[in-house]
Amino acid sequence: MTEIERHAYDVVVIGAGGAGLRAAIEARLQGKKTAIISKSLFGKAHTVMAEGGAAAAMGNVNPNDNWQVHFRDTMRGGKFMNSWRMAELHAKEAPERIWELEHWGALFDRTKDGKISQRNFGGHEYPRLAHVGDRTGLELIRTAQQKIVALQQEDHAEHGDYEARLKVWAETTVTRLLKDGDRICGAFAYVRETGKFVVFEAPSVVLATGGIGKAFKVTSNSWEYTGDGHALALLAGATLLNMEFVQFHPTGMVWPPSVKGILVTESVRGDRGVLKNSEGRRFMFDYVPEVFKNQYATTEEEGDRWYDDPDNNKRPPELLPRDEVARAINSEVKAGRGSPHGGVFLTVVDRMPGGAAEIVRRLPSMHHQFKELADVDITKEPMEVGPTCHYVMGGVEVDPDTGAAKVPGLFAAGEVSGGMHGSNRLGGNSLSDLLVFGRRAGLGASEYIDALPERPSVPESEIEAAVAEALAPFEREDGENPYAVHAELQQTMNDLVGIIRKEAELQQAIEALGKLRERVAHVGVTPVAVGDDGRGYHPGWHLSLDLRNMMLVSEAVAKAALERQESRGGHTRDDYPQMSAEWRKVNLVCSLAGDPSSPHVELKRQPMTPMREDLLGLFETDELKKYLTAEELPADVAAEADATAGGAAVDDEEGEQ
Amino acid sequence: MSYEAKFKVWRGDDGAGELTDYTVEVNEGEVVLDIIHRLQATQAPDLAVRWNCKAGKCGSCSAEINGMPRLMCMTRMSTFTEDETITVTPIRTFPVIRDLVTDVSFNYEKARQIPSFDPGDVKPGEFRMQQEDVERSQEFRKCIECYLCQNVCHVIRDHEENKPEFAGPRFLMRIAELEMHPADQADRREIAAKDHGLGFCNITKCCTEVCPEHIKITDNALIPMKERVVGRKYDPVVWLGTKLGIVKKGQDTPSA
Repeated sequence: MTEIERHAYDVVVIGAGGAGLRAAIEARLQGKKTAIISKSLFGKAHTVMAEGGAAAAMGNVNPNDNWQVHFRDTMRGGKFMNSWRMAELHAKEAPERIWELEHWGALFDRTKDGKISQRNFGGHEYPRLAHVGDRTGLELIRTAQQKIVALQQEDHAEHGDYEARLKVWAETTVTRLLKDGDRICGAFAYVRETGKFVVFEAPSVVLATGGIGKAFKVTSNSWEYTGDGHALALLAGATLLNMEFVQFHPTGMVWPPSVKGILVTESVRGDRGVLKNSEGRRFMFDYVPEVFKNQYATTEEEGDRWYDDPDNNKRPPELLPRDEVARAINSEVKAGRGSPHGGVFLTVVDRMPGGAAEIVRRLPSMHHQFKELADVDITKEPMEVGPTCHYVMGGVEVDPDTGAAKVPGLFAAGEVSGGMHGSNRLGGNSLSDLLVFGRRAGLGASEYIDALPERPSVPESEIEAAVAEALAPFEREDGENPYAVHAELQQTMNDLVGIIRKEAELQQAIEALGKLRERVAHVGVTPVAVGDDGRGYHPGWHLSLDLRNMMLVSEAVAKAALERQESRGGHTRDDYPQMSAEWRKVNLVCSLAGDPSSPHVELKRQPMTPMREDLLGLFETDELKKYLTAEELPADVAAEADATAGGAAVDDEEGEQ
Repeated sequence: MSYEAKFKVWRGDDGAGELTDYTVEVNEGEVVLDIIHRLQATQAPDLAVRWNCKAGKCGSCSAEINGMPRLMCMTRMSTFTEDETITVTPIRTFPVIRDLVTDVSFNYEKARQIPSFDPGDVKPGEFRMQQEDVERSQEFRKCIECYLCQNVCHVIRDHEENKPEFAGPRFLMRIAELEMHPADQADRREIAAKDHGLGFCNITKCCTEVCPEHIKITDNALIPMKERVVGRKYDPVVWLGTKLGIVKKGQDTPSA
C-alpha cells in the first residue's frame, strides 16, 4: 500500500497567485485553519507576470472616476456578456482592496500630491490602474506573500508555530477533489519534490489555479497554466461558464522563436506607444468598430493630444479593448502588411517627451526584456509584436457574492472562475479581480463552514481511485512520450481553436481532440533512477497528469466555440462575424457526462440573468440598443426601440478588411 | 542556423551525482532553459529543473552556468561559441533535491524572522508619500527572489556554519527596504546586526554582480544599512540628546 500523509484543515486553497493568497488571508482572518497549495515555490505564481496595473476607481488622477464609470467600462469591454453582479462588486470594492495592499506594505507609484498614481489603459475611460512601473503583479504577489508571513508571525507569537493556522504547501499538485456524497470533503495531492501523496481533509476548497494557456502553443502563460482548477471542478461535478471566450493579448513577442508569446505590456500603448504596419501606417484608425465609434479619435493628431489633454480629446484607437486590437493585428499580417517575423511594429521611439531616459523609466521591464531576449533597444528600434493566448474569460460558474460553485463546499476565484469579464477582459481588471473575489471566496468558504452541521469525512474509495489514477502513467510500459502528446495538443488548439474560428475547423478540432484523448490516456513514464520510489521531482510524470486537465479544458473550449454562432470579444467566428443580441442572452455551460472513467464535456444553453434596472440606467439608451434585444431594454426605452431597429443583430464591423 | 551543442548537466540527488554529457540541438535566439527543456522532451524526460515564467520575472530557474550563477531563461545561447561545452550545475549554497533543483527553504525561514511592515495608526487609503521617497524601497522590491545573491555570498556559500546567524543579502536588503519605507514605524537596526548578521557582510559586491534585476544591493541597501546601524549605536548627537533627555530613543523591534 502506498504511504499517504493526511492533514486536516478548514479551508484548502489551491493556487498561490493573487486570488489564492487573498482567499487564504481572508480565511485565516476569519479564524479558519488554512492551507495554500501551490505547484510552484511560494511567491512565484503567474501573477508576477502581470505588468500594467490594478484597475480601481480611486479617482486619484481624474476625480471624475467612480465605480459607475468603471462598471460601465467593464461591461463594454466584455460586450455585456459579464455577470453584471460581479462587475458591480468588482468596481465598488477594488479601491478598498488596493488601499488594503498599501496598508500591508505595497509601494505603488505616486501622484504629485502623494496618492497612488493611476495610469491609462485600453478600455478604461479614465486613468485607473494603480501601478509600480511595469511590475505591478510582482508587487501584488510579494505584498500578499509578506502579509501571509505577517499572519504566520502572529501565530508564531501566539502558538509557537508559524504554521499553526496558515501553511503554504509549496511545489504540491492537487490531482483530484474528494467528495463525501455530493459535498466536498478534501483534496488529493502529490508533493513534487518527493512524489509522496497527501490527502487534505477539508470541508471547503477554494480553487484559484489561474488559466489554461498551456493548452495553446503561443501563449504568455507559464507552465502552471494547465487548466487544473477548471478540470478539477468539472471532475467534481461543477460547471464551467462560457469557455469559448479566450483572450488573445494583441502584443506578445514574435521573435526570437523561443520567446514567442511572451507578453509586451499594454502600458506601452498607454504610455504613447503606437502600432504600425510594414507601410508605416498607424492602422488601428482603420479598425474602430461601430460600437466604439464615439469614444475614439479619428485622426493621429487628436489621438496624440489626448495623452496630455484627455478631457478635450478622444483616445487613440491603439487603446481599444484587447480583442479589437488582436484581430486588427491578425488582419494586417494576413493582408501582407506585417513585420519581418510575422507581427506588426509597436514603437515608443521619439514618442515620449523625456526621450530615451523616460522610456527606460516608464517601461523598465520591457526595456530589459527586449534587450536581454531579443537584442532590441526599444528606445531606438520598434518592437515586433503579435497576438498571444493570454487569459481565459470562461471558468467555473460561481455565485457572484460568495464565489460558491455548484458543488457544496467548492469555491473559485480569479482567472479560474467565470463571468466577471464577460467575453473580453479589460487590462488591469485582472489584478483587482483577484483581490476582490479572492477575498470574497475566502469569506464564502469560511461562512459555509460556520453553517455546516457536521464535517464531512473522506471515503477510502475516493483516495484509492485517486492513487490509482496518479500512478497509472508508471504502469504503461509502452506508453507514449507525454511531451510529444502535449506538443500536438498545443498545435491543434493553436491552429483550429485560435484567434479566428470557423465551423469546419472547430469540427476538425473536436475530432482531433477525440484522437488525442486516447493518446493522453496512454502516455507513460519510467521512474527516475534515484530516490525511493522514483517519483521525486519527475517532470515527465507531472506533465502526464496535467495532460488530463488540458485535454478537458480544450474539449470545453472547442465545443463551446462551435456552439456559439456569433463573434463577440474573445470568440471570433469567421463564418458568423456579427455580434448577436439574441446570443448575448445565452450562457454556454459545460459539465461532464458519460462513463466516469472517461467522461466527455456536455454543453447546455442557460439564459443570462437580466441586468438590474438601476445598473441598466447607468448607460445611455443608444448604447444599450447596440447590445440588448428589445425586450431586455427598460420598458420606456423598449417601446422606442421597437419603432426603430428591433434591437436584433448589431454590425460590429469586424476587421473592416 | 541550428547546430549541435555539447552540454554537461549535473544529474543526481542529495546523495550522489555526476556531470552527464549530452549533445543537443540549438536554434537561433534560444536560451539555456530552452536547451534544458529540449533535453527533457527528447533525451531525459525525468531531468528535474525548476522554472516558471521563462521571462526573467519569477526567479525560479537559477543555476550555475559554466560556474556563473545565472537565470537559465535569461542566458542566451548566442553568448557562447558553437564549439564551447556548456556546463549546467545546481546553485551550490543550497542542498540538492534532484538534478538542477535545490532546497531553498533556508530563504523562507529567514523571511519569517524579519518583523513585517508596521503601518502604525495610519488607516488604509490615508497614506501620502512622495515618489522620490518610495523609490528607494521600490528598487529593492524589484527583487524576484531568485536567490542568486544568497547563492553567491561567500559568507554562506563556503561556510555552512554561518547560516543560522546570517540572513543573506536578500533578507538584509528586505530589512533595508522596510527601514527606508516612508510609512514603516518599526526599528530593525538593532536586529539587523544582532540577529541577521549584517556585520558578516564585507561588501565584496558579489550579490550586486549576479542580480538579474540589477539592484544595487551593496551600495543602496547594505552599506546604508550598516551606516544606520552604526548611527543608532554611536551617533554622538543622539547620544548627547538622550543623556540630556531631549531625544527619546525609539523601541527596537525584536525579530519575529
